Amino acid sequence: MLNQFFHDPLTLGIVQAVIAALMVLATALLARQQRVFFIREISVAMLRGLVQIVCVGFGLALLLKVPFWLGAFILLGMATIAAQMTAQHAKHLPGVFLISFIGISLGSGLVIGLMTWLGVIEPTLTSLVPVGSMIISSTMRSNSQALERFRAEILAHERQIEAGLALGATPKQITAPYLQATVSASLLPHIDSLQSLGIVWIPGLMTGMVLSGASPIYAALYQFVVMALIVAAARITALVTTTLIRDRLFSPADQLLLHLVER
Amino acid sequence: MKPKAADVPLLQTVHLSREIKAKKIVADLNVSVEQGTLLAVVGPSGSGKSSFLRLLNRLDEPTAGTVLLGGVDYRTLMPASLRRRVGLVFQTPALFPGTVGDNLQFGPRQRGESIPAAALASLLEEIGLAGYAARDVGRLSGGEAQRVALLRTLVNEPQVLLLDEPTSALDASSELIIEAFLAKIVQQKALACILVTHKLAQASRIAQQILVLEQGKVTLSGPTAEILPCLTNSSTIP
Repeated sequence: MLNQFFHDPLTLGIVQAVIAALMVLATALLARQQRVFFIREISVAMLRGLVQIVCVGFGLALLLKVPFWLGAFILLGMATIAAQMTAQHAKHLPGVFLISFIGISLGSGLVIGLMTWLGVIEPTLTSLVPVGSMIISSTMRSNSQALERFRAEILAHERQIEAGLALGATPKQITAPYLQATVSASLLPHIDSLQSLGIVWIPGLMTGMVLSGASPIYAALYQFVVMALIVAAARITALVTTTLIRDRLFSPADQLLLHLVER
Repeated sequence: MKPKAADVPLLQTVHLSREIKAKKIVADLNVSVEQGTLLAVVGPSGSGKSSFLRLLNRLDEPTAGTVLLGGVDYRTLMPASLRRRVGLVFQTPALFPGTVGDNLQFGPRQRGESIPAAALASLLEEIGLAGYAARDVGRLSGGEAQRVALLRTLVNEPQVLLLDEPTSALDASSELIIEAFLAKIVQQKALACILVTHKLAQASRIAQQILVLEQGKVTLSGPTAEILPCLTNSSTIP
């Protein structure tokens, strides 16, 4: 209906964004009646999200004009920002930024690199950067979940860990079950997404491809490939990050440095 | 002249200290424990008894001084190897999920070994837990869990046994069974044993030596027969 009144795509987009924002604010006002107050937070988040995604739109327009190799630097920049954001949630952990950066870069870098080499990701900037950003974003979530879950596991099992150390186990041996639980837990949302693919939700990438004229079957297969890549990258990130942070939580004399996980 | 191995105490602390935020938790302890000897450490709550045991097992790092194990500075030993030789039983037993048998096999399994089922069954019988090997640890009482934790450390075959109130959750009769078992095993295996306890009666029953800690410092130490009369007349009895 709106396109009957607004013929310019830019104006139409702005009007649609305003209506979407008003709907979110309406839900926040309704929630306020139930004494759930988050209007300020949701407003800030919306404004921030809008500015960021519009900037991305400008960025993508620029991508059509820059050489392919710049894509690596763009993705590296994204990985750095992702590491910085995830590290902010776990400032108390030692070296968390560097560990997050290594985890996110390794997880996303290995998968993106391999898939680009194999031709699954087209060697064009307009393909590499959007798909790469989805994978980096996913590894960032996986990284945050791994950091928080592993911290919780250590705190919950402090006595068992010290009992194991006192019996001559190494930190690696005694934390193995907690590391496995952490990696599994950080993958659960991704596995749920993979399992519900096409039943509960139809992802944006596939929708976009179909809308831009691609074969729906090819779009579906490509969407599956991207989702599978995301799970692989998330797994690598969770494993690398948890292993590295585990090593920081023990002294060279294999003593649990509990104060590092207590806030 | 280098001392003979027989002259060197199995466990010796040299000016052992730990300080946290300018507070001395353990202050300048010089203690020796020979093989086949049980030393009881007594003192009021917060006097540093448990902290002392954690330093001996190197779960915490001394801020000064060190521990000699058979004359060797324990900082030169691999932590896992040291802790196998210096076993620590915590006051609150932290059992691993699984069966009693799984818990008892934990230490040996870390080294790729296992204890024969018959040997485990015999040990369980000695501490009043006959037939418990397959029992899930979630179904144990506090006292039973405490005994499993003690046995879990012993199957690791330590040379030094550190016990932090190992009978605090036991009734009087079970306590006597464990005391008899400890007295026997310390002699049989020539262990150097340090027992932290609040119970003077317990110390008098099984300890050859007593050490009194107050605010991290030794206030009294010596043979049980000499120290006990001082403690029973003291106003700072733990």
